[in-house]
Amino acid sequence: MAHVEVTVNGVTRVADVEPRQLLVYFLRETLGLTGTNVGCDTSSCGACTVLVDGESVKSCTMLAVQADGREVTTIEAMAAGGAMHPLQAAFHENHGLQCGYCTPGMIMAAASFLKENPNPTEEEVREALEGNLCRCTGYQNIVKSILDAASRLSGARA
Amino acid sequence: MATAEKYVGGGVLRKEDPELLTGQAKFIDDLTFPGMAWMYVVRSPYAHAKITSVETLAAVSMPGVIAAWSGNDLADEWQGSLPCAWPVTEDIKMPAHWPVAKDEVRHLGEAVAVVVAETRAQAKDAAEAVRVDYAPLPVVTDSEEALKDGAPLVHADLGTNKSYTWTLSAGEVDKVFAEAPVVVKERYYHPRLIPNAIEPRGVLAVPVPAQGEFTLYSATQIPHVLKTAITAFTMANMPESKLRVIAPDVGGGFGSKLNVYAEEAVVLAAARRTGRPVKWIEERSENYLSTIQGRDVYQDVELAATEDGKLLGVRAHLVADMGAYLQLVTPGIPLLGAFLYHGVYTPEAYDFACTGVFTNKTPTDAYRGAGRPEATYAIERAMDALARRVGKDPAEIRRMNFMTPFTEPTDVISGLKYDSGDYGKTLDRALELVGYDRLRADQKSRRDRGDAKVLGIGLSTYIEMCGLAPSQVLAALRYAAGGWDAATIRCLPTGKVVVVTGTSPHGQGHVTTWSQITADALGVPVEDVEVLHGDTAFSPLGMDTYGSRSLSVGGTALYFAAQKIVEKARKIAAHELEVSEDDLDYEAGTFTVKGAPDRARTIPAIAFAAWTAHNLPPDTEPGLEATHVYDPGNFTFPSGAHVCVVEVDTETGEVRIVKYVGVDDCGTVINPMIVEGKVHGGVTQGIAEAMFEEGVYDENGNLMTSSMANYLVPSAAELPSYQLDRTVTPSSTNPMGVKGIGEAGTIAAPPAVVNAVVDALSHLGVTDIGKPVTPERVWRAIRQAKGGAA
Repeated sequence: MAHVEVTVNGVTRVADVEPRQLLVYFLRETLGLTGTNVGCDTSSCGACTVLVDGESVKSCTMLAVQADGREVTTIEAMAAGGAMHPLQAAFHENHGLQCGYCTPGMIMAAASFLKENPNPTEEEVREALEGNLCRCTGYQNIVKSILDAASRLSGARA
Repeated sequence: MATAEKYVGGGVLRKEDPELLTGQAKFIDDLTFPGMAWMYVVRSPYAHAKITSVETLAAVSMPGVIAAWSGNDLADEWQGSLPCAWPVTEDIKMPAHWPVAKDEVRHLGEAVAVVVAETRAQAKDAAEAVRVDYAPLPVVTDSEEALKDGAPLVHADLGTNKSYTWTLSAGEVDKVFAEAPVVVKERYYHPRLIPNAIEPRGVLAVPVPAQGEFTLYSATQIPHVLKTAITAFTMANMPESKLRVIAPDVGGGFGSKLNVYAEEAVVLAAARRTGRPVKWIEERSENYLSTIQGRDVYQDVELAATEDGKLLGVRAHLVADMGAYLQLVTPGIPLLGAFLYHGVYTPEAYDFACTGVFTNKTPTDAYRGAGRPEATYAIERAMDALARRVGKDPAEIRRMNFMTPFTEPTDVISGLKYDSGDYGKTLDRALELVGYDRLRADQKSRRDRGDAKVLGIGLSTYIEMCGLAPSQVLAALRYAAGGWDAATIRCLPTGKVVVVTGTSPHGQGHVTTWSQITADALGVPVEDVEVLHGDTAFSPLGMDTYGSRSLSVGGTALYFAAQKIVEKARKIAAHELEVSEDDLDYEAGTFTVKGAPDRARTIPAIAFAAWTAHNLPPDTEPGLEATHVYDPGNFTFPSGAHVCVVEVDTETGEVRIVKYVGVDDCGTVINPMIVEGKVHGGVTQGIAEAMFEEGVYDENGNLMTSSMANYLVPSAAELPSYQLDRTVTPSSTNPMGVKGIGEAGTIAAPPAVVNAVVDALSHLGVTDIGKPVTPERVWRAIRQAKGGAA
């Protein structure tokens, strides 16, 4: 077992984990944060995307021990004080989800992307989502949601 | 309080969203129970082999392992095979299909043993220690090869690889084809498709050993059908009354969760044997082997026509790959398209035949569209071929062959009665939106200039058959169950309303849509309606969600249940107001006395009165609750016109979608936002089928496209935005006039895309390119047309 100390959603979590444990299972099964989903075993689908030190990471491609000493943010932390994050609100209002299984990963990937590129074009959003698969929406309303969130966020900054 | 707001037709935001957006949803893998053990399945690395031995001893001695069983070890758990509910002909060959193979495996990934352990990792580790010896057998992977003499037999005991041949014929087929001045012959192949719901399957069985009871949680589209079928046919000594099935939040299905699967039976058996909750979660790599796949159909299609392109006859002969076994509705999938090969046109002769064939591949079954994409592809591709042959524009050939607009049930040659349709209207609107004439001019000028990048325009004027289904029609097609659905409305004393539906949504938004219908019918705010689904304990009646049936069958059941509520409430209101029922007007949840509108009773007030039961009319039961079970009198027939515009690089074969327009007619629309979302998703799956996705097996039955890394589920980066519109031709089948929209895009898109690519290259002599139209296939088709080697 390996000892890890990870700050997850602002709280320091200490645990002894199997060295082979993936970050996603550390989050889901050790910490009970089941909002992050697993959709594949080839790091293709992006359902498990979380933020590690503010950058999007597919949590099935990272070991829990690699997260030692780092900050992890999951979907559970996005709605601060009960109010939805602008990305969550935009997904809701633009019908950016259907079954909702890919949604946490989409939102985390989008959160990281909008930090890098706060005013993206549709094409840039589409390129940025290349690593996140959705089978329900055809992406059109996901793209629309992220563009909408971008303008909400830049409006909030202005 | 009653409200004047009308919800039906409005863009009510989804009530399902908050928990999905915040990570609070409960999908199958999010559920945990005290004492829960994990199951892992050992799967065959061979497509066809005798199992000579299964040795589990080493596995059982590993850390945390509770048990390990072979197929023979589990044999007394079953009363029979996994169920196939659709024996399409009297003489169909139906092989035994055990949840865990006993002595022979017939496709890659078939279960040969299972391990149950304390943790996910321990179960997986121990599975590697199960030693299985195999004696490989000859493999057949192609359905047409499998029909040839001397082909390896998938099931030696059946003596043939042919499962069945099903036929349908109308009119003087031979005469029409012999005498027709024009006959167009086409041949199409629909590759294997892997459904890829982003949530893999998963099963969790929780036993109450002292009572012999089980709760089965499954990522399924069909909790009701599953409960009945698995206890009636598969599990030994498990009374249906002792099994409760719950579909928790389910992450997409597309037909792939419309089944009774081996793992559902085995997890139940494991929970029974260990007396503990047992969970199995499918890995994606398993999903590619053990979850049903779609399509894999050869079609020989012929159209007979006059010299100027008037359609006289349609002939479609199919060879459909069943895979190694018949799953729940495997043999029936081609039949869902069998009546639609004439599309929205009016030939006088019709001939359909389908032969279902066993191969050493994963079983096929329902995948979004199920039979109807194949039919639509055949007729819509062939209509373009006919247009080229007689020198007509693809829009013109369609227009001259459309059924004339109709609003009442109308007979078509295949024996169906289409519910309503105005096919010219959708096509006109689609052509207007896409700017058809301008595009044709652009296409011509690019050709005249000799541009390397050419333009192609593809039309698809599709029709589908939804609202499965009138139970008597299903009986005639030899389907084992009915096609009805059920809804219960319970008006609570506080004015809130609970709806229990027999449909089982997994992304479709039934909670929102059903709330809209109920809120309008009973005059309550949409947020006061709670919709419950997916649990056989509180919703005993249901036929679940597939085939774009939920709104037109389950939604109609809800509509009638609301009418029953209003009927009973009217009696109570009349009694309280001391007038006759005929003296009451009803609108938006409020009864008023004719001529005295201040004398009124609302549904919530009547619900309270019905609960206290202090002053009810004689012979009136307390409570305000109604159930309706609706068996549709006919199918519904959504239709539409999709137009795809592509740019094809003749030097590289690359295809880029420049524009995609879809005009759909799904009858009355309850929630336009949800309808559009389904078209987006459906079109995307159709484009994926046309351009990207193809499940490929090698000659030994190994799946070469065995993960998302090499089976190309498209991402946002590969796709355009779509431009959508609708026409509304209310269905004559049900009182709301709804038709269904879940599969429309997937049915419409593939021929629109491929017709566009062929159209782009038609001046070079290209007449066909197989799906998916990859750059390589396009490039080879161009080379071949130019006289070079393909």
